[in-house]
Amino acid sequence: MDITHYSHDLLAHLFQRMTLVREFELRAIEERRRGLIPGFIHSCVGQEATAVAACAALAQQDVITSTHRGHGHLLGKGGDPKFMMAELAGRSSGYCLGRGGSLHIADFDLGILGANGIVGGGFPIATGAALAFQMRREQRVALAFFGDGAINEGTFHESANLAGLWKLPVIFFCENNLYGEGTPQHKQAPIADLARRADSYGFPGVSVDGNDPIAVYEATQAARRRALAGDGPTLIEAKTYRFRGHYEGDPQVYREPGEMAAWRQRDPVPAFRARLLESGLFDEAQLVEMETAVQTELDVAVAFAAAAPLPVVDEALQGIYAETHEGLVF
Amino acid sequence: MREISYSEAIREAMSEEMRRDTAVFLVGEDVAVFGGVWGVSDGMLAEFGDERVRDTPISEAAIIGAGLGAALVGMRPIVEIMFGDFLMCGGDQIVNQAAKARFMSGGKANVPLTLRVTSGAPGSAAAQHSQSPESWFMNVPGIKIAAPSTPADAKGLLKTAVRGADPVLFFEHKMLYGETGPVPEDADFTVPFGQANVVRQGRDVTVIAVSIMVPKALAAADLLAAEGISVEVIDPRTLVPLDKETLIHSVAKTSRVIIAHEAHRRSGPGAEIAAMLAEEAVEYLDGPIIRVGAKNVPLPYSPVLENFVLPGVDDIVAAARLLASK
Ligand SMILES: Cc1ncc(C[n+]2csc(CCOP(=O)(O)OP(=O)(O)O)c2C)c(N)n1
Ligand SMILES: [Mg+2]
Repeated sequence: MDITHYSHDLLAHLFQRMTLVREFELRAIEERRRGLIPGFIHSCVGQEATAVAACAALAQQDVITSTHRGHGHLLGKGGDPKFMMAELAGRSSGYCLGRGGSLHIADFDLGILGANGIVGGGFPIATGAALAFQMRREQRVALAFFGDGAINEGTFHESANLAGLWKLPVIFFCENNLYGEGTPQHKQAPIADLARRADSYGFPGVSVDGNDPIAVYEATQAARRRALAGDGPTLIEAKTYRFRGHYEGDPQVYREPGEMAAWRQRDPVPAFRARLLESGLFDEAQLVEMETAVQTELDVAVAFAAAAPLPVVDEALQGIYAETHEGLVF
Repeated sequence: MREISYSEAIREAMSEEMRRDTAVFLVGEDVAVFGGVWGVSDGMLAEFGDERVRDTPISEAAIIGAGLGAALVGMRPIVEIMFGDFLMCGGDQIVNQAAKARFMSGGKANVPLTLRVTSGAPGSAAAQHSQSPESWFMNVPGIKIAAPSTPADAKGLLKTAVRGADPVLFFEHKMLYGETGPVPEDADFTVPFGQANVVRQGRDVTVIAVSIMVPKALAAADLLAAEGISVEVIDPRTLVPLDKETLIHSVAKTSRVIIAHEAHRRSGPGAEIAAMLAEEAVEYLDGPIIRVGAKNVPLPYSPVLENFVLPGVDDIVAAARLLASK
């Protein structure tokens, strides 16, 4: 597909953020190995195009719900790698003051209602946010990221039905990376195109190439327009692949032989890079400059996280309720 | 006796019961090809095949409910839910369906359903992967609750659960999987429900410890012995049914009691045990009943905060010193 009619800014943004997501993940994995990060990481290496391009099609005021594999979503929606890295390191300057870690990063100012440790936990939340936007006549949409595994949770079906029924401005965005943990998609669902599920809830479902940021961007923009026009939800199924384990340390005994190598040929980051060069809109020097800037930003992020203070223990007892009640014991 | 790990003991119990009775099968997310996310069912697919060791979609309500349905018509399913936190996703099938099926049906329903679930904080897993939900279900009549602390108890209690006729929530602590201990090889070795284990005899203070707090109570007992405080450690092994007699008997001897669990202090298992002792054994007590448990906040991610929130050996030691000084 010809990309020359897209704005320079948009293309640059997609490339910059995809590179940032890829490199952020690789740094986080490295810093976990070195001991800066104590908890588990579910990296989204290989899924940069879905996360970044879907968020690029949203407006600042739109909101997302994210998942356990959420770093790309957060960076796509404008998350700051400094505060993310500090959160992963369990520091009090992190997004959640070190309380949440990778699974629970949220930034309400950026419309990130939270990553989630519960598979399927985000569907009803995104649906409810969309309900609020509809009731208040606001030009905003909610987008729920989720995986091919999550679509089999009851929360998907209940939320999709409700959203379809009430024509809520919500986008159900499925990153189909062919596996839920160690179980392949064909052992989790009897249909190959999960987009078909939308049909039973009365709204459109589309399958797109999740490694092509332009295809993802177009589909998400169309879904957003539809939602804002009052026509209700869309299910987008973006077919993609994760290049690393379900979590760092996963032995990955379940992969089909040759599968990884085939998908590596379609690695979204180098593929988009090549396309930008081919289009003549960017030259090598411009791309290298962006890549170098990403590395610098991540150097800063890691240094910030490493130097950030650890929480002091009393912080654990704060922030459980909006108010503290003197004399009442929690 | 040969020593095996807690995890191996559970696998052995499942495998023995599956060999013994074709009605027994294992079902859950990633239990087959992956061998369970905690590795507990590793190798079972090869022995029993994919009909009896079944991977499922990520659908807790359907998995738990299907286990119940199969049980109602005569199967003996073992359902694995990899984190106790996820029980809430299938909560109705446990609380409103499985727990009440026998009673509501006037005794017609038989419910040989075993739900194997993990509990406890594995370290920086944060608020949705670290909880100890035993007592959430203690308030639900009709469901039995086991929380083994040793490999032998894990094997013996699991076999009792699988052979039984009632739904059982079987809580496996994540940090105990690697612990080893002697386990009988006898394929008919079982441990009955409702029989507490006096793990260590003592005179001055009773520590009633649940799951991972048993090894912690034993460590505390060693430290306290050096100070001349003699600690009796009791593992109830099942919270429902609860072996009141053994607990009361111990309190009658020591007159001082601590209840330790990793669940939050508020309304944790200790609340029920403390209330029972206050009702039935208050005349023996020389001091307050002390609960040691996680602070009443969601489990934090950062290790500094997490260690502060979780109960430890030092908390038991401090509580025992306080009681002994009275
Ligand atoms: C309710 C619930 N069930 C199970 C899990 C364990 N778990 C975490 S991620 C995952 C796989 C999710 O697969 P998918 O939705 O395809 O997302 P992906 O990991 O592929 O990005 C599972 C089973 C969980 N966190 N929550
Ligand atoms: Mg997946």
